[in-house]
Amino acid sequence: MIRVLFCLCLGLIALLPLPQVARANEQVVLGLSQDRVAITARFDGSEILIFGAVKRETPIPDEPLDVIITIAGPSGPVTLRRKDQKFGIWINTASLKISQAPSFYAVATSRPLDVVLDQNEDLRHGISLDQRIYAYTLAAMTNEAKDFSAALVRIREQDGSYQMLEGAVDVDQQTLFRSSIALPSNLTEGAYETRIFLTRSGKVISSFDTVIDVRKVGLERFLFNLAQEQAALYGLLSLALAIFFGWAASAFFRLLRQG
Amino acid sequence: MQIYLPIAEISVNAFLLLGLGGIVGVLSGIFGVGGGFLITPLLFFVGVPPSVAVATSANQIVASSFSGLLAHMKRKNVDLRMGWVLLGGGLVGSAIGVVVFNYLKSLGQVDLLVRLCYVLFLGVIGSLMLVESLNAIRRAKKAGAPVIKRRNRNWVHTAPLKVRFRTSGLYISIIPPLLVGFAVGMLAAVMGVGGGFILVPAMIYILGMPTRVVIGTSLFQIIFVAAFTTMLHAITNHTVDLPLALFLLVGGVVGAQIGTRIGVKLKAEQLRVLLALLVVAVCAKIALELLLEPSELYSIASTVDLS
Repeated sequence: MIRVLFCLCLGLIALLPLPQVARANEQVVLGLSQDRVAITARFDGSEILIFGAVKRETPIPDEPLDVIITIAGPSGPVTLRRKDQKFGIWINTASLKISQAPSFYAVATSRPLDVVLDQNEDLRHGISLDQRIYAYTLAAMTNEAKDFSAALVRIREQDGSYQMLEGAVDVDQQTLFRSSIALPSNLTEGAYETRIFLTRSGKVISSFDTVIDVRKVGLERFLFNLAQEQAALYGLLSLALAIFFGWAASAFFRLLRQG
Repeated sequence: MQIYLPIAEISVNAFLLLGLGGIVGVLSGIFGVGGGFLITPLLFFVGVPPSVAVATSANQIVASSFSGLLAHMKRKNVDLRMGWVLLGGGLVGSAIGVVVFNYLKSLGQVDLLVRLCYVLFLGVIGSLMLVESLNAIRRAKKAGAPVIKRRNRNWVHTAPLKVRFRTSGLYISIIPPLLVGFAVGMLAAVMGVGGGFILVPAMIYILGMPTRVVIGTSLFQIIFVAAFTTMLHAITNHTVDLPLALFLLVGGVVGAQIGTRIGVKLKAEQLRVLLALLVVAVCAKIALELLLEPSELYSIASTVDLS
């Protein structure tokens, strides 16, 4: 399956217009198994296959080629709370608002991140999870703010919203690469910014951006819109269904008894 | 079978939801409680965001309470007159309760206050009920023959404006039921629950209603409170998840029918012991959460703050 898609992609690449990055003499040509994710009633997470090739006119340099792929979900403000013990009970005492944090963020690399990317390049492109979160709290970079950011990363890593996938990109003959990233079922709707970086000796030599569109469709779309736009009608519909099912169960059990 | 919930924005197992709804429905049918205290934390555990869990469980409670109410009405176990009186007091109480809740919210720490309220009320009510009902069982055993307890004639019976509540077999002043309804409505609004937990013991011990009638009458009142809560959440927060509610309530209505049949087979004292144990267990769980050090000190705040 992967191989078929892979070949299909390579076939397509020849037809695609070249990406705009012309800074380096090595460029990324990319394919995605899907550039949109439709959230239907049976949606249970999705696996995105990312594959591509490096296009070059010069001979392959000596240093090894590495690939970093990132996918970022829509960002929004997040408030974090911390509990402390007071009067013998644990209560929320401190909180911090992080103005922008991605709802989903995955980094896949061909080798450990600190090998394939140096600090300055990370800072410039905002690649690692830390950079991505800390970048927004930088103004108030106290130790306490760091603890809060670290807690956000820890909590979201546990539910699969933040993923650090070191070594998850396969690079073949310094030319072909592929990776698959699992999107969890608790996806937020929106544009998922997908970036691919080519690096050599820790320096980014080329990058490529694209977007994966995640949308609710069908019944999911309809109900979500109804809840937002016709709130009163939606509420009454919910109540009507509740009353109907309450009555139906009662009637059903009565029949069961008589019959 | 996984199903994606459009408002909660997560995917969960449909059979798990049916099961959760069923368990809560059974308890609702037996004890006449809405079950919001139970379903909401269970939904958190499944991964539903708190605001969606609170709003959607209110909708589910409407269904299971209505199902339970119909079953109780067939057995003539619902004192409609008492229900309306309690509801009247309850609506005024909730209106004031919402104002109090918003005031507390502006001060912060409303979450803590709700938890302390829970521990206090559930602890006191639960242990009082447990002691009383265990004593009743012991007395019944000792005497051999059933002991008919004469109800104490207190202010409930002597106050003016007397009304006859036929189904409950009471001839009491209308003021105590109004006050009970008012107090429960207010607490329910502040604590974010239907109030069955407080209402059931209050009807048994303060108003002196027979245990069987209490449960049906409590369900009657809960339907209105839960329906009101559902509309409030749907309009202001858009957090009612219809598919989630649907799976929960299909389980819930069936459970409520089964629960009602179980309840009929139990003796009144046994019913009260079980309810008391349930109340004490929930109280202990909340108290432990406050007292034990949590494994993760940090939490991501939800947009809507509810218990």
